[in-house]
This record gives sequence, C-alpha cells and structure tokens, in this order.
Amino acid sequence: MAYKTIIGLEIHVELLTKTKIFCGCLAEFGREANTNCCPVCLGLPGALPVLNKKVVEYCIRAGLALNCKISNRSRMDRKNYFYPDLVKGYQITQYSNPLCKDGYIKINTKHGEKKIRIKRIHIEEDTGKSIYDGNGNVLLDYNRSGVPLIEIVTYPDMNSPEEARMFLEKLKVILKYIEISDCKMEEGSLRCDININVIDEKTKLKSTITEIKNLNSFKAAVKAMEFEEKRHIELLKHRENTLKETRKWDENKNETVVMRGKETVEDYRYFPEPDLVEIEVDENWIRDIKENLPELPDNRKERFMREYNLPEYDAAVLTSSKELANFFEKTVKINKNPKQVSNWIMGNILRWINASDMDINEMKFTHKDFANLLELINNGKISNNIGKKVLKIMFEEGKNPEAIIEERGLLQISDVSELECIIDRIIEENKQSVEEYKNGKEKVLGFLIGQVMKITKGKANPQLVNRIILEKLKQ
Amino acid sequence: MKISQKEIKHIAKLAKLEIDENDVEKFTNQLTAILELVEKLNEVDTEGIEPTYNIYHSKNFFREDIIKPSLEREKALSNAEETTEGHFVLKI
Repeated sequence: MAYKTIIGLEIHVELLTKTKIFCGCLAEFGREANTNCCPVCLGLPGALPVLNKKVVEYCIRAGLALNCKISNRSRMDRKNYFYPDLVKGYQITQYSNPLCKDGYIKINTKHGEKKIRIKRIHIEEDTGKSIYDGNGNVLLDYNRSGVPLIEIVTYPDMNSPEEARMFLEKLKVILKYIEISDCKMEEGSLRCDININVIDEKTKLKSTITEIKNLNSFKAAVKAMEFEEKRHIELLKHRENTLKETRKWDENKNETVVMRGKETVEDYRYFPEPDLVEIEVDENWIRDIKENLPELPDNRKERFMREYNLPEYDAAVLTSSKELANFFEKTVKINKNPKQVSNWIMGNILRWINASDMDINEMKFTHKDFANLLELINNGKISNNIGKKVLKIMFEEGKNPEAIIEERGLLQISDVSELECIIDRIIEENKQSVEEYKNGKEKVLGFLIGQVMKITKGKANPQLVNRIILEKLKQ
Repeated sequence: MKISQKEIKHIAKLAKLEIDENDVEKFTNQLTAILELVEKLNEVDTEGIEPTYNIYHSKNFFREDIIKPSLEREKALSNAEETTEGHFVLKI
C-alpha cells in the first residue's frame, strides 16, 4: 500500500530589531530576567502599544525575498486566550489582513525543482517565558514579551520530512541573507511547528492532521516528522485514525507525545485591535525596501556560475551562507582562480568548520591570508601538500602563511643542484630499485620520488624531482 | 439571534468566569436581548461601505526602533504576589 505524506509548516522568526514591537524596551536574548520590561510589555492597565516601523519593514523584506504579494492595507488583530506567559490575556497579531501573502520558495528535490508555496507572513508579538521549577511553581520572565516575530505559514506542499528539511534550510539561508533574524533555533529565534498527516493513495483515506511543537533543531524536526509519518500510517493500516491534537517532540524518548487537544479556531475570538491604527503600505515604500534588498542566494548562485564559471554544485555550496559567499568573493578578488579557491574552501576549510561547528567569520585567518597562501602555491614557493598543512595551521593557530612557512622551514626546494644532490644519494642507496626500473618495472619511480619527499619532508618541488630522477635513471 | 445555554457556558469558560448554574438561564436571556438589540444595525444598508475598525481616521502611526529605558526590575515586579530570583512566581 502506498501512502503520501502531507506536511505544512508554521515558522516563527524573532526579528533583529533593537527594540520590541510595541515599546522601546530592548529586545535582546539572554538578559537578566524581567529587566527589559515596561508597562506596555507587562500589560499594565492603561498602557498603549505603538507599532515599531522597522518590524513592518522587516516583514515586507521577508515577503519580497519569499516572492510574496505585499498587502497595501493591513492591520493588527487580537487573539484572546489565557496563559501565564501572555500578559494582557490576548496576543496582538494579524489574522485577516496579513502584511504578506502568496509567496513561494523553490527547493531542489531528487525529482527536480519544486515550489513550496507560502500562504502568508504576518507580524505579531512574542510571549514571555515560563520556567517550571519542579516544585509546582511557574517562574515568569517577561523579557521576551513583546519581542517582534514574523510567522510564516506554508501550504501543505511538502511530501516528505526531507522536503520539509530542505524548505527550512533554504528559508533560514534567505532570512539570514536579508538580515532580519539570526535564526538561532537553540535560542528560540527560529521556531517551527509542523502540521502533518498521510493519505492512503488507493482508498484516499486521510489521517487527521496533528501538530508537532517544541522542536529545537532541524534534526529534531526531521526525526519528529519521520516518527509521526510512521505513526499515522500504522494507525491507518489498522483502520484507526489519529486525533486532532498537538504533540511535542520528546528528545529523550525519541518520540512525539501528546501535549494537548487542539482548540478550535473560533475559541480565540479574533477581532480588530482597537489600540492600533491601520497600516498602509504604498508602492514607494515597497520599492524602497526592494531596492535595499541584498542579492538573494538563488541569484547569487547563478551569478557565481556565470561570473566565475563554477559548477552548479560549487556555486550552491558557496552561496549557502552570505558570509561564506563574501569570503569566496573577497578571496577571488586577489587570487584570480575561482575554481582553485572554491576547491580549497570546499575541500578543506568547510570540512574543518563543519567539524568544529563554527561560522566562517569566526575563523582565525582572513581572506587575505588565504589568498596569499594560494599565491605561494601557484608561484611554486610551496607544494600543494605543504599548502594544505599550512592552511590547517592557519585554521588552528591563526598565523599568516609566510610566518608559518618561515617558522617551520617549509619553503619548497626548487634549487636544482640541491635536489640533484639528494637524488644522487637516493639512487645510491636504492641500487636494487634502480635496477628493477631499468628492467621495466616503472612503478619503482613512484617509490624513488617518495624517498626524496621523505627526506625533504615533502618540501621538494615535485615537478623538478620527477624530471631530475627521470634524467638520472636514463643515464 | 438566540444564544444557547451551552454557548453561555462556553463563553464563561473562555473568559475564565465562574457562573452559578442558577444564573445560566438569566444570562442566556440577557445576552440574547443584547444581541437582538445589536442586530438592529443589520437593518441599515451598508452596501459598498467599508467596515469601520477604528474611529480614529489615522493610519501608519509608528515609532522608530529606538531603545527607551525599561522599568527597574524591582518596580516591574512590584505587583507580583511572590517573586524569586527576579521572576514572577505563579503557584499552580
């Protein structure tokens, strides 16, 4: 029996504004509890919200980057519910008139390019943070109360956990490119809720959609989706069904567990927010924001292929983060060999960075040092292999390549007489091998070159060694 | 528009109001009367008129993204029944 999985996502993204959405309190993660609070974000009686213009701009920026239509008229609404982390008894959000609608992201699946449609993007305020102290008390910190969020809602266009992962990765790259969020899942600045169900392709029977929350990494999201996918299919197979409920991912049990039954939409009693006025976005404002958008990852990838003649794979990897793409371009400005730069970045630097879980801009050396190193290789001052060793030292210790080469005596030996001297010695010491070579066993050549490299600790110029040995063996 | 007793109980629950079972009928009648009164507005022809969400004929009232001082923590917590380590404490 074949089942098709249907996944839709709701992603909350904290914006990188300095202040909160409705008041001038600092909107920064990690401050001491309840030190970034005022009457507005504490929901004290009589306090009135005033909308932060930058929040509107950032949302429109996201909308444009995600191919949305921008609403010319928009407004805020009240969503009513009681929860200790929600100070006013309602959240100010957008319901019927979101700022952005009908966009999409393209992902590259194994079946080719696929458009994942975005239903809407709206702005809203974050809630405070509840900490359960284990003695039946809830400790409340309202620093996060009123931090601006955008909520991005997709259509259920993803048909596997893998597609959802690709969508999330791509979304994160774009949001980071346009600098509206740092998208740190572990700090909660990017949070993802998943709606998932499956359909039996033969009988067209569908399981009921369940929602999964509490996912703090893409990895957890994928695991949770895979778990739910199986659970839904198993239930359908046994002629049972899932319940309309919210579940959360339990990292320790490696499974989803029930959080609560789902409240129906009507329970929130949305109505237009009376404390705020209408938002009107005219074409000039949109054009202004559009003109200030940076080059987006897909465009940059295509430009890299065109301008630097890179294969699509290289271009995709190099543009997967703005910082990485900048590092590449700055290096190429000095070293005019893009494919070499790309190979060295992908084959070495990226591997080390990923292994130590760091960012490219946290590296201890600059693009200048890196370009310098490549020049030293291209000028024959050091060999490729020594170059790799030097780069590793640069990565670990952060010195410039010349200093490392000087300090460790790694300069390539290109002095013919010096090399001849060494090679004479090798030939003298390996008479039997030389004899074998002369009898047609050509593999021995590699062994002899290896001996030269061993003695010179890899510093001998390989082309020269090759040439000289061949000359000597012919004698 | 008639509202049911079930709806009254539901609304009370959403508003976290405890209502006496004996009062349910009274409230049902009262709320129904209010809704019927408001329903009179439906008699006005509003064809082609946009809904009024706000009586202030103003739009795009924004603040710039500039930091203003927050309350001192002690002051922020001054309405709390109980606090611990700078947090509001809620007993459940």
